[in-house]
Amino acid sequence: MVLQSSLKNCLQLPCILRTSKAGFRSTTSGGLIIQSVSNDVYQNLAVEDWIHDHMNLENRQVLFLWRNSPAVVIGRHQNPWQEFNLRLMRQKNIKLARRRSGGGTVYHDLGNINLTFFTTRKKYERMENLKLIVKALKALCPQLDVRVTDRYDILLDGQYKISGTAAKLGRTAAYHHCTLLCNADKFVLSSVLKSPYKGLKSNATPSVPASVQNLFEGDPSLTSEVLLDAIAEEYAVQHQIDHRITLINPGDEAVLPGINNKTEELQSWEWVYGKTPKFSVSTCFNMVYKDSVIDVKVDMDVKHGKIEVCRIDLPEQWLPPALCSELVKSLTGSKFCPNETTTLATTLLRVFPQDDELHSRWNLLCENMIMLM
Amino acid sequence: VCIHRVRSCSSIRFIKSKYVCVFDKSALKFSHQHRLFRTSAVSCGQIVQFKLSDIGEGITEVTVKEWYIKEGDSVSQFDSICEVQSDKASVTITSRYDGIIRKLHYNLDEIAYVGKPLVDIEIDASKGVSPEEDVVETPPMSHEEHTHQEIKGHKTLATPAVRRLAMENNIKLSEVVGTGKDNRILKEDILNYLAKQTGAILPPSPKAEIIPPSPKSETVPETPKDKARKTVPVSRPIVFSGKDKTEPITGFHKAMVKTMSAALKIPHFGYCDEIDLTQLVQLREELKPLAESRGVKLSFMPFFIKAASLGLLQYPILNASLDESCQNVTYKALHNIGVAMDTEQGLIVPNVKNVQICSVFEIAAELNRLQSLGSAGQLGTNDLTGGTFTLSNIGTIGGTYTKPVILPPEVAIGALGKIQVLPRFNGKGEVFKAQIMNVSWSADHRIIDGATMARFSNLWKSYLENPASMLLELK
Repeated sequence: MVLQSSLKNCLQLPCILRTSKAGFRSTTSGGLIIQSVSNDVYQNLAVEDWIHDHMNLENRQVLFLWRNSPAVVIGRHQNPWQEFNLRLMRQKNIKLARRRSGGGTVYHDLGNINLTFFTTRKKYERMENLKLIVKALKALCPQLDVRVTDRYDILLDGQYKISGTAAKLGRTAAYHHCTLLCNADKFVLSSVLKSPYKGLKSNATPSVPASVQNLFEGDPSLTSEVLLDAIAEEYAVQHQIDHRITLINPGDEAVLPGINNKTEELQSWEWVYGKTPKFSVSTCFNMVYKDSVIDVKVDMDVKHGKIEVCRIDLPEQWLPPALCSELVKSLTGSKFCPNETTTLATTLLRVFPQDDELHSRWNLLCENMIMLM
Repeated sequence: VCIHRVRSCSSIRFIKSKYVCVFDKSALKFSHQHRLFRTSAVSCGQIVQFKLSDIGEGITEVTVKEWYIKEGDSVSQFDSICEVQSDKASVTITSRYDGIIRKLHYNLDEIAYVGKPLVDIEIDASKGVSPEEDVVETPPMSHEEHTHQEIKGHKTLATPAVRRLAMENNIKLSEVVGTGKDNRILKEDILNYLAKQTGAILPPSPKAEIIPPSPKSETVPETPKDKARKTVPVSRPIVFSGKDKTEPITGFHKAMVKTMSAALKIPHFGYCDEIDLTQLVQLREELKPLAESRGVKLSFMPFFIKAASLGLLQYPILNASLDESCQNVTYKALHNIGVAMDTEQGLIVPNVKNVQICSVFEIAAELNRLQSLGSAGQLGTNDLTGGTFTLSNIGTIGGTYTKPVILPPEVAIGALGKIQVLPRFNGKGEVFKAQIMNVSWSADHRIIDGATMARFSNLWKSYLENPASMLLELK
């Protein structure tokens, strides 16, 4: 949960957001700093959506601060199978979210802070935002060697990436968000963000891997809370506004009408997996059965997260051809998902001849197919 | 293309279609050079090239990542057209015009250039929108909210849903009085307009702030139609613009279709009974904290499952399997009792293995494991195969007696209704409060007869009505 510092207070947020919606011209503030009380990645992404869609940013820019419990966040046009280890992610109960902005895959946990800069489309300017962050960091720790690259990353000591950037531009509004590694679990990060899946071919946006470092490692005084405050302060100074952070609850439908629908959409399978650009899987694997090794070749085309075309090449008669074609037929049109394939395969088994040998071969093949997902 | 044109133009005479055809071909040929203006009376629109606008930061090229529309679709101003990506920025391109998409200039994953045409849109000429006109910047509003429509220079506000409703009923929005904020036209306004046309009375609107246009505001004398309306109430169904949706059956559901069709071939017979769980309810209350202290949530199912296994020891035919040709019966040694689970996907049946050698506590622990895997969508093949007998606790959702379907290759299944508190008579003829649950068994009548099922059910019932009797079976 977010620590309450003395500078934060819960303003009458409904008042602020409603007046923004009506196009109220604020005489005093040219900016607003808000922080989420939730660590749920879907809720926080929904807040970004909500602000993008509903707030009038003509005379007011917004800085949104948020942190998430462990989650992998992929870019709008990315392929999760290409980017990281979904199996490990599921085992560790890490969530998967697809954001609406472009860019690459990141791992979030409470040791990573997220900053979103909302402006009108015309005032969209990523360099300025990143320079603001660097300025805030240097104010905290003057000897820190941090600088912005032309890829919009922030590097520590010239080699470690501590921040990645992505952006979303709509018709009139735009936002630029970036991460900042304070004290994230580097071990989980590196083990999860390594894809074991072979034979994938796709036009999805690839991530560019980089060595990372936590700011905390160089200077233990740089905790997430300290960094959030410093950045908020620098933003307040640059926009000549009150250094007051308004807390926002992403579950509050009264303050953010329609937010729960947005959260639901971001959690839906259709968004997270279904928006994966078309890709194909072409791979082979070996199965060890009793004393022999069986070579299997699999080709699949996956569109909108569902298997459009499926081909399985097995040694002749290892499985009755009728059963093999039954598997292919059932997989076609079904989700490229281990759970779907498991339930599908085990349900089909009920209508096959009750032969133990047959069943164990079928299970072996299906389990290997599931490993591809 | 010719025919499509005729349909999309509201009042074109058939004789003009040939002219339209010819024009269309030339429009496509010259689309890169001219802007074409119609001077004839034909009411079909002009093709306008919608160029990719500036992204900012000096970006000149982007990659097209997703199209939201295809050629032939109609779009409204501010509808999303496509998603492009440039250097970690994802940009939603929205339409400047109302019209019909005639051409997409790029395929997926192609590079698009700022300032070059992205799509060709055919604009309805009667709307009078000049392609050079700048779009008026308004405060950003949600996609679900309002779009502007310029009709003869007068801005009429209405949501796309309302505009569609008007279009489907051949209503000109300029003729409807808007009662929403800023004279916005609401659905109720369209319905009221329709009602006036047909002389029907609509049910009162649920929203308190919508006031239907009062006839008194127009100084029109009461027409005979109005009088007729007052004396003859006619109920007309509200216009509903929903459409049927057809989807293919895929994946898991396809497999279920196969399984259930196979199940239908089994001659089912049913046997139902009522179980007095008063003693069991009390026992469970006592044992719940004990189980929790050992990290296990104890429901009623572990008792039902164990009692079933004890019954199967006496009536093993219920734990059997009939082969395809109905020549042989295989008596299964293991009691792998399946528990039907309702998940997001639908009905799945993981099973608890080897119940005949498990204690009630062990069954409860295993159920916990299966339930948490089930809700996380992580059940493995081993958990989902090898079942020999199934219990379905539909009572957690509701119901009393049901008619469960046997899951092949099994031969029996039991469905448990909800536990209700009902009055019953005891041995002394007194009324007492009893915790009653109904059970509905189905069995394969080819190898199981009614008497066997009844005896098994009675035995199972006796274990549950008098839980202490299960002690005698403890190993």
